[in-house]
Amino acid sequence: MRFELNETQLLLQKSAREFLANECPMAEVRRLMETETAHDAGLWKKMADQGWTGMICDEEDGGMGLGMVEMAAVFEQMGRALLPGPFLSSVALAGPLVAAAGSEAKRRYLTPMIEGKACATAALIEDSAEWDPAGWRTRAEADGNGYKLHGRKMFVTDACASSFVVVAARLSGEMALFAVSKDSAGSGICRLKGMDRTRPVYEMKFEGTPAELLMKGAAAENALSHALAVATVALAAEMTGGMSKVLELTVAYAKTRKQFDQVIGKFQAVQHMCADMFLWTESSRSAVYYAAYALDKRLPEAATAVSVAKVYAGEAYREVGNRGIQVHGGMGFTWENDVHLYYRRAKASENAFGETGDHRERIARQVVG
Amino acid sequence: MRERFEHLRAWQRRLYEGGWAGVAWPKEYGGRGASLMEQVIFLEEMARAQAPPIANTLGVGLIGPTIIHFGTEEQKRRFLPKILSAEEIWCQGFSEPNAGSDVAGLRSTARLDGDHFVIDGQKVWNSYGWVADWCALVVRTDPSAPKHKGLTYILVDMKSPGIEVRPIRQMSGESEFAELFFNNVRTPAANVLGKVNQGWEVALGTLMHERATLGASITIVYRRSFDRLVELTRQIRKNGRPLSEDAVVRQKLAQAYTELEVFRLNQMRSISRLSGAGIPGPEGSILKIFWSEYNQRFQQTAQEILGPYGMLEEGSPHAVDGGEWAYGFLRTRGNTIEAGTSEIQRNIIGHFVLGLPKSY
Ligand SMILES: Cc1cc2nc3c(=O)[nH]c(=O)nc-3n(C[C@H](O)[C@H](O)[C@H](O)COP(=O)(O)OP(=O)(O)OC[C@H]3O[C@@H](n4cnc5c(N)ncnc54)[C@H](O)[C@@H]3O)c2cc1C
Repeated sequence: MRFELNETQLLLQKSAREFLANECPMAEVRRLMETETAHDAGLWKKMADQGWTGMICDEEDGGMGLGMVEMAAVFEQMGRALLPGPFLSSVALAGPLVAAAGSEAKRRYLTPMIEGKACATAALIEDSAEWDPAGWRTRAEADGNGYKLHGRKMFVTDACASSFVVVAARLSGEMALFAVSKDSAGSGICRLKGMDRTRPVYEMKFEGTPAELLMKGAAAENALSHALAVATVALAAEMTGGMSKVLELTVAYAKTRKQFDQVIGKFQAVQHMCADMFLWTESSRSAVYYAAYALDKRLPEAATAVSVAKVYAGEAYREVGNRGIQVHGGMGFTWENDVHLYYRRAKASENAFGETGDHRERIARQVVG
Repeated sequence: MRERFEHLRAWQRRLYEGGWAGVAWPKEYGGRGASLMEQVIFLEEMARAQAPPIANTLGVGLIGPTIIHFGTEEQKRRFLPKILSAEEIWCQGFSEPNAGSDVAGLRSTARLDGDHFVIDGQKVWNSYGWVADWCALVVRTDPSAPKHKGLTYILVDMKSPGIEVRPIRQMSGESEFAELFFNNVRTPAANVLGKVNQGWEVALGTLMHERATLGASITIVYRRSFDRLVELTRQIRKNGRPLSEDAVVRQKLAQAYTELEVFRLNQMRSISRLSGAGIPGPEGSILKIFWSEYNQRFQQTAQEILGPYGMLEEGSPHAVDGGEWAYGFLRTRGNTIEAGTSEIQRNIIGHFVLGLPKSY
């Protein structure tokens, strides 16, 4: 493998960076994070026009058919811009789940997503907040031609902006995935006030909620583990992008802020903090792109590579945020300064798709036994 | 926020009435006249009883002790009892937009006009600025002198005409600190603490107290948080067992306890060394670094233990302890910045304690 982005990937990265700088500057991020859904339909439509909503979908389904490395390159830019709203939930989580279902389900759910007409998410973890599906208790029962769901899901990202939600539930003891429309789920959705306001999380209650079966058994389990791997890589790429932005803001500040008649960047204590931030950011980038590559090529170590990226990026993003705030001094502790918005995202990301401890355990299972 | 503050103020008032607000303060000014060590023992008892902290943190912790050391008899009688009773809340007006770590580079000025000083300038990051009745202000009175020489420490009534207080929203969402604007503010020259143009020495007294003694009252808060986290791990179950039985969680809690205990012992040692001397020395920086960085590690540990519920903010029905942990986590980021950054504290240890050459 090459450890550098190729020309096409670089081009994609550059256009994503420019697009987001124009369409989603920090002022827009701050506006959106104060809204209920943090979602803007106009921006969404423009991203669909770029082809991004179908970025990793097959060309025959109307997507761009891009690989994981290209996906990571775009998500890195999104993390850098702190793009609010359901892009990750839709494209990197719900998308791969629906794409694994039959052609009828794809036509009904995937096509509108690719065309920019629908957003989506997945409702997976429950009260225990554990990512191991073995612990999920929500159940489905047959009801005429369809199904009904009973249970409660927690920390569902972007539920309110989504036109449908993919829900994991047990059907006669088997794992199964269902699609639930916003209209049926609506009343059971309740916002949880997570630290990251750019990516709202929700509680979802199902009390006989009508649902459509997408797949079950081994097919559902495989789809879940693949989609979670894709979403984790996308998230870790976002995290890396966030780190590089915090680093950039911090270095720029260290070059202009003066104390004791000199720029604070002249103090080695400050230089070393910036150097550590750089080290963490670059290391995270290595881990993320290797995970993307391994997943793309379906290498045997892909799952471990994804966990390595998640564990590393989780700690790195938080520490980059810590130093970023520290170098900004009192300024860094204000609401007005952007660093804390990234910090809040870092914190939420650390918990998403498996906390650091979970992923460490997954790595240990592979390398220790 | 104001409601909670009034609650703490009432609590401090009760302590004062019982003679417990200033255990080590002289009797004639409302204290108990006991030793610093006794004060610490009292604070530990408070922690054990899960008592809330006091309201006038800066008044009792930093500004009062500075007045005890540098104040005239009249100033002591006028200010100290009301600091202890929380009748007058204090804020500290040192930092400016361009003078943070380099606080001696401050530019707010005061010029003498008869028996009053006239103050102009801006202060920033003033904790308790939104409730303060008085401000311990450092201003430049001799612009031609070298930067440490032309400063004066003056006590300013926050109700004086010409003072404007603007809240600053901090990253944790609340506005515990403020910006203060002084426009032709007249303050009696009798309110100068110490001597005119010798304010740096007085300010250092406050800063030394800030580093060394603020930690003592903080121990209470930390101990309460630690105990609460332990209690939560007994209540929260994972895989059918309480978290408190999980090996990883136990290690984390034991480590936090170890650090908290070492902090307490550092504190004790520094206090027995200090007893009598009055103003803590530069080794107070050890305490400042320790409490601030301990708290950051502790809050991170709490987040790891509480998982995603720990990051839910106030107003979420599922938030742990009404969002206190999410707030606590974000708030700790200020700990290594306020009261002198960790970098400045390390510079102080390197230069003033270890005698390494000054690098700037
Ligand atoms: C929550 C909070 C409450 C506060 N309350 C008060 C208050 O009540 N009253 C008050 O007067 N002030 C208060 N402050 C202000 C605080 O004292 C200053 O923020 C602090 O001294 C740092 O100054 P600064 O913000 O200007 O940062 P700067 O001094 O600009 O520092 C920026 C960065 O440069 C580093 N740096 C600067 N100089 C050096 C050096 N020589 N060597 C190595 N590194 C260096 C710093 O460590 C920091 O990382 C508060 C601050 C906070 C965050």
